[in-house]
Amino acid sequence: MPVPISYNIRNLRVRKTTTLMTALGVALTVAVLLGIGTLVDGLRTSLESSGSPLNLIVMRQGSTSELVSIVTKESFDVLKFDDRIAQLDGEPMISHEVLSVVNLSLRADEASVANVNVRGLPAVGIKMREEVALQQGRWFEPGKREMVVGSGVHAVRAGTSIGDKIYFGRDDWEVVGVFSAGRSAFNSEIWVDANLAGADLGRGSTRSCVLIRAVDEAAAAAIENRLADDQRLALEAERESEYYAKQMSSAEPVRYLGMFVAIIMAIGSCFAAMNTMFAAIANRSKEIGVLRLLGFSRLSILTSFMLESLLLSLLGGLLGCVLILPLNGMQGRIGNFITFAETTFQFRVTMESIAIGLAFAATMGVLGGWLPARMAARKEVLQSLGDS
Amino acid sequence: MGKHLFLIWKNLLRNKRRTVLTVFSSAISVFLIGALLSVYALLYAKEVTEDSAQRLVTRHKVSLTQALPYYYGARIRSVDGVANLVPMNWFGGTYIDQRPENFFARFAVDPEEVFNIFTEFRVPPEQLEAFQRDRQGIAIGKTLAERVGLSLGQRITIKGDIYPFDPELTVRAIFEGPDDLQSFFHFKYLEESVDDDFGSQVGVFTVRLRSAEDAPRVAAAIDEMFRNAPEPTKTETEAAFQLGFITQMGNVKLFLLSIAAAIVFTMLMVSANTVAMSVRERTREIGVLRTLGFRRRSVMGLVLGEAVAIALLGGALGVALTVTVTTALEGMAVQWFTGFTLPAWGIGVCFGMALVVGLGSSALPALVAARTHTCDALRYTG
Repeated sequence: MPVPISYNIRNLRVRKTTTLMTALGVALTVAVLLGIGTLVDGLRTSLESSGSPLNLIVMRQGSTSELVSIVTKESFDVLKFDDRIAQLDGEPMISHEVLSVVNLSLRADEASVANVNVRGLPAVGIKMREEVALQQGRWFEPGKREMVVGSGVHAVRAGTSIGDKIYFGRDDWEVVGVFSAGRSAFNSEIWVDANLAGADLGRGSTRSCVLIRAVDEAAAAAIENRLADDQRLALEAERESEYYAKQMSSAEPVRYLGMFVAIIMAIGSCFAAMNTMFAAIANRSKEIGVLRLLGFSRLSILTSFMLESLLLSLLGGLLGCVLILPLNGMQGRIGNFITFAETTFQFRVTMESIAIGLAFAATMGVLGGWLPARMAARKEVLQSLGDS
Repeated sequence: MGKHLFLIWKNLLRNKRRTVLTVFSSAISVFLIGALLSVYALLYAKEVTEDSAQRLVTRHKVSLTQALPYYYGARIRSVDGVANLVPMNWFGGTYIDQRPENFFARFAVDPEEVFNIFTEFRVPPEQLEAFQRDRQGIAIGKTLAERVGLSLGQRITIKGDIYPFDPELTVRAIFEGPDDLQSFFHFKYLEESVDDDFGSQVGVFTVRLRSAEDAPRVAAAIDEMFRNAPEPTKTETEAAFQLGFITQMGNVKLFLLSIAAAIVFTMLMVSANTVAMSVRERTREIGVLRTLGFRRRSVMGLVLGEAVAIALLGGALGVALTVTVTTALEGMAVQWFTGFTLPAWGIGVCFGMALVVGLGSSALPALVAARTHTCDALRYTG
């Protein structure tokens, strides 16, 4: 017969200071793990919502990012006439784009400067990203030094409100609008007129990359194959969605450091839980003797104490989850190793990460509770009754 | 005093299991703090060497990805206080494959000047000459050469990405020095192989000063010279330039700080809990001590002393662990971990934190112990 669980709950309540302190230790450990988790999940959401699988990014062979790629006007013209490219109002959906970065300060901290992606693109390029919608102001006019900034840039970087001027290329550009791109990484970019940006960057008619919308899946694959075969062009195509998915690598250092800290902290918290449980058992030596006399088996005692340890750590796990809830939706930013610029995203607390946090806490409870519970179960009845 | 120390020692040994568990758990916290401090030191507090303090880096004002005209070099050279300079282009590209083991820094530079600027790199004279003579020569750091398994005379091909050309290079020189995880090849080779004027543009100019004190003045003079030019510049010290890459990574300081705060707080909880538990169990004993004539102050001291002893033991163990781990990582000679070590001030911070946690966690239980009325304490049955 199992020892009733109310016995454990009451015990935890009686020693509430100790219970709470041990639980807080577990809670902070879980909070560190989950804090990193929300960052990684937020960035993943941002990158996974970027790009359509029918969009192909065409870059120079061997280029890992749009920023370091070069596609000439001649190559673009060769690509342009292809009936596998989708049409919009009689025009092919193909966009010759130029990528660069501009250094901008944080709103909150003048000294904290980071690269922000500037994308020069034609009107069709904007239409090819369906998730993008104007939030404030208006779009840039072709042939004018005007910028429209992504909502993520607008939120964190100084001098990016309508009417502000940003020095880029060879002159000041005026911010005329703010766009929102859903959850996607385009929120971290500034968009400008392609021709003027190309000229200001001294690239002439050469640009960085080409975005193509294929008619369907088969057409997308066909365009990919065609470019792979054409050594003269020396270009390669990649699905836009894949290009962004690969940028998750930027979160690796944060993830590794976070996991390292969380696991080591968990070991520390296990020791703490062990301490608490050993003390709990030492204090209740007599009670254990009485329980045994009443006929509870060793196994029941073992389960009971394991359960108590588990309850203790789950309480900590829940506390940890509560601690990180305020992070949800907060604006985050991370240096992107692929684009060489900043990617903004929103922290996201998912049910999955909460489940992981609770499981993590439970593991601590089981590991920390095992030795004390075994000791409790092994106690001789008479000896424990004699303990003071 | 001696009597008190003896009592503290005895108390520590009384519940060995608890003492060991608490020491271990403090050691783990201190180890984590030590590891974070080492990361912090690696990123932000890299010691500025005498060589580095004498160097400035001039880049395009808008961003590093925009290039400067080659002729800027001659004009910068004319600024008072500039000893000499070297144009440098980050080549990027891929060696063998994309795996991080095969990644290393490759700069296209002026072979005549580069080792006059980076004076901390030592090259055997005959190798230097061979490197300067061979237009397709490459000079490579010793640690790096060992890591990627390159030796003198070996031929390698780098697949270009930023530049549309694949340099074919021969290892002509191997240099030694701190941070020797990079490589240099001829700027001219790059310039000639890239047809448009893209190849003759310069990423950054690394400037060597006559004296490190001139740094602010010279930096301002260079930027002023190009203020109204089509390509304005930004000049900063080498240390500030490198720091720029770190701010680029995001709010690293806040990240490290929040983790550290969570760790310290956890350690405080664990320690306070242990002290409270042992004080509670010893309530009667404290009554006995008081009847024996121990003052309240002494009782407090005993409790505080025990907690501090545990914390410091944990601190020592934690610091030892940090030093072991950082030394092991440093020994791997991977780009990321060069100079990865817990600095002396970091050891101080670790012990300081252990001490604060020891005192902080035991203050309240010590007070409770000292305040308990002797009769109540003697009557206590825990």
